[in-house]
Amino acid sequence: MIAPAVVAGVLLAGPLVALLVRAPWDRLGELLAGPVVLPALGLSFGTASASTVVCVVLGVPLAAVLAGSDGWPRLLTRVARAVVATPLVLPPVVGGIALLMLLSRTGLLGQPLFTAFGVTIPFTTAAVVIAQAFAGLPFLVLSVEGALRGVDPRFAVAAATLGASPWATFMHVTLPLAAPGLAAGAVLSFARALGEFGATITFAGSLPGVTETMPVAAYIALTSDPGAAIAIAVVLVVVALVVLLALRERWLTGLRA
Amino acid sequence: MSRAAARRSLECAAVLGLLAVAVTGCAEQRSATPGSPASSSPSTGRGPAGTITVDAAASLNTVLPKLARGFESAHPGTTVRFSFGGSSALAAQIVAGAPVDVFAAASTATMATVTDARLTSAAPVTIARNRLEIAVPPANPGRITGLADFADAARTVVVCDPQVPCGSAARRVFELAEVAAKPDSYEPDVTGVLTKVETGDADAGLVYRTDVLAAGSKVKGIPVPQAADAVTAYPIAPLSASRNAALARAFTDYVVQRGAADLAAAGFLPPR
Amino acid sequence: MTGTLEARFRVRRGEFVLDAELVLAPGTVLAVVGRNGAGKSTALAALAGVTPLSAGRIVLDGRLLDDAAAGFVPPERRPVGLVLQQPALFPHLTVQDNVAFGLRTAGAPKAEAREQARTALDEHGLGDFVDRRPAQVSGGQAARIALVRALVRRPALLLLDEPLAAIDAELRPALRGTIRGVLDSFPGSAIVVTHDIADAEALADEVVVLDAGRVLQRGPLGVLRAEPTDPLVSRLLAGAVPNAGSGP
Repeated sequence: MIAPAVVAGVLLAGPLVALLVRAPWDRLGELLAGPVVLPALGLSFGTASASTVVCVVLGVPLAAVLAGSDGWPRLLTRVARAVVATPLVLPPVVGGIALLMLLSRTGLLGQPLFTAFGVTIPFTTAAVVIAQAFAGLPFLVLSVEGALRGVDPRFAVAAATLGASPWATFMHVTLPLAAPGLAAGAVLSFARALGEFGATITFAGSLPGVTETMPVAAYIALTSDPGAAIAIAVVLVVVALVVLLALRERWLTGLRA
Repeated sequence: MSRAAARRSLECAAVLGLLAVAVTGCAEQRSATPGSPASSSPSTGRGPAGTITVDAAASLNTVLPKLARGFESAHPGTTVRFSFGGSSALAAQIVAGAPVDVFAAASTATMATVTDARLTSAAPVTIARNRLEIAVPPANPGRITGLADFADAARTVVVCDPQVPCGSAARRVFELAEVAAKPDSYEPDVTGVLTKVETGDADAGLVYRTDVLAAGSKVKGIPVPQAADAVTAYPIAPLSASRNAALARAFTDYVVQRGAADLAAAGFLPPR
Repeated sequence: MTGTLEARFRVRRGEFVLDAELVLAPGTVLAVVGRNGAGKSTALAALAGVTPLSAGRIVLDGRLLDDAAAGFVPPERRPVGLVLQQPALFPHLTVQDNVAFGLRTAGAPKAEAREQARTALDEHGLGDFVDRRPAQVSGGQAARIALVRALVRRPALLLLDEPLAAIDAELRPALRGTIRGVLDSFPGSAIVVTHDIADAEALADEVVVLDAGRVLQRGPLGVLRAEPTDPLVSRLLAGAVPNAGSGP
């Protein structure tokens, strides 16, 4: 028991430790403020925040629909849940290809968009946000759905008999009671958005300040400027750790409330 | 390069190599343990035998396997395996100690990172050259006629990132043509550029002429005069890390001596 | 006086079928007694509009609330108050905001709703708890707060589901007295679901005995005691049938 556990610990923590040990700490500030990292840093945090908002706005209703899906045919529920969870297990590049098929200029939706309005989505910051939302949405939906299902249905009954419409019941009773799950889902989808690479590079492209997010910049810098790549990697690792630690705190406060 | 800088870059390369090996899981697949039948030198003395791994630039991924089939039938008992990828990433893996027998790169600069680390067992030989060409969707919706259109902000154009060989070649071409290109994306490899042209999201992209030919009817090529002065060379060399040096050298020689026809058929230019 | 109820309906839940006939004169308090699974809570759910009818209709003060064939008034638009066994106070709101909730849904401005809520809580001797969270009050206090929360909406019909079941036995008589006082001054009708005859005795004008989804007998407690029509009725009234069985 102990030996495999130690190996597992090393497997998980080892690469992170190595990254931190070998990071060019003396040049880190200079690298982070440099022309490669700084625009990517700003773009990444901006797009990840935007995609988290998209995830919340679209994901909470979807989670509510799924949480109320008990009366559906079982196959339909299963398919719906599988579709929601697919981006979790899909290779991100495949997600990017799928997004291209949908939203590229020749895509199912992209073509009518382009011919009708002249709108092109790839190569725009919006494309980055879409790719990130695609990747982050499952985290939010599954987390919120679980939280909504965990809310005692008697609160909704009580609210209804106190004159609250289904919408008011959801907004003022059920959703606030699911707030810890919503917070956790939002933080997880933010973290996933920040780390999104495969779908972004495939679907959105890579242009500094427009579509070149931190992971994309790290990948491209890898061969020519490893220092910059590692500096970005350090930022992403630190953000991931902070997010997960914050998440823990939020869970605790959420449960205490 | 100062010693500290050299050490730092080696360390970085080592870390990245470790990550790359761990991520692709190719360590196990590639490791030719000493004494295993696959990698042991022949005992019959009737020429090379065994298995070698060749890391090669992605643009060689149709030609080299074809040549390898010919090599294998000429030398029964040999197997040549390939790992295709961006040259720069492959070079970084080799410098980090990946157990590879032969390296074929898409630029001399990339090969130089391997020779500088003294990891080749013979001087690299250029087997072919490649030039850039404009790739456009078959219907050419952006009505692209030449390099000048890459400076038009209204058109959607993509190129390789300057940090990879096809991108540095693109930069040279633009310099020669005195075009201030305004790309909408710097893709990490030529496949990324080609994909965006094939889906029609990009009005044009700069790729290798061989990529245009390989893509068949999915894209149309527009030759670029300036590309003739910005060709990229494809050097190949056996690596000193090889556990089957004879086979590595034999395959390298085979490609150098017998590869010309197939390379030309794929659209490559002769070495010189 | 309000609370004229004419409810004759059937509710089907899987295998279980409830056939209920609940007719109330204005201002009466009816106790519904029966074993677990008799259909008591289902009857309340149907009256509150939480469970749709399979057949029949519910008319309150001349207004059609539910008709299996013709129409359905959702719970939020019924003049019906419901107090659940576990009082289901909203844990994320203060006691004051819990009581104000049902006033806000009726359109009262926030300040006004909160003010009314405070006054109501004061009237019921709960003024000390306005700023507390539900987790910070006792079970008995929570039950009384839930009652106030339902009453401030001035329902015509008040439904109480086992109001004392979750309360410690030694505290029950006092709380029972409190509820009695509340019901005495309540202008509408009330239905109290209970399996405890002591509740029926203290709170109700009339008693309905329900079993397996059917009304066994209805009448004043004295009449039921004197002339039970079914052996189960006498056993129930003697307190000889504790919570046997389970079900909806």
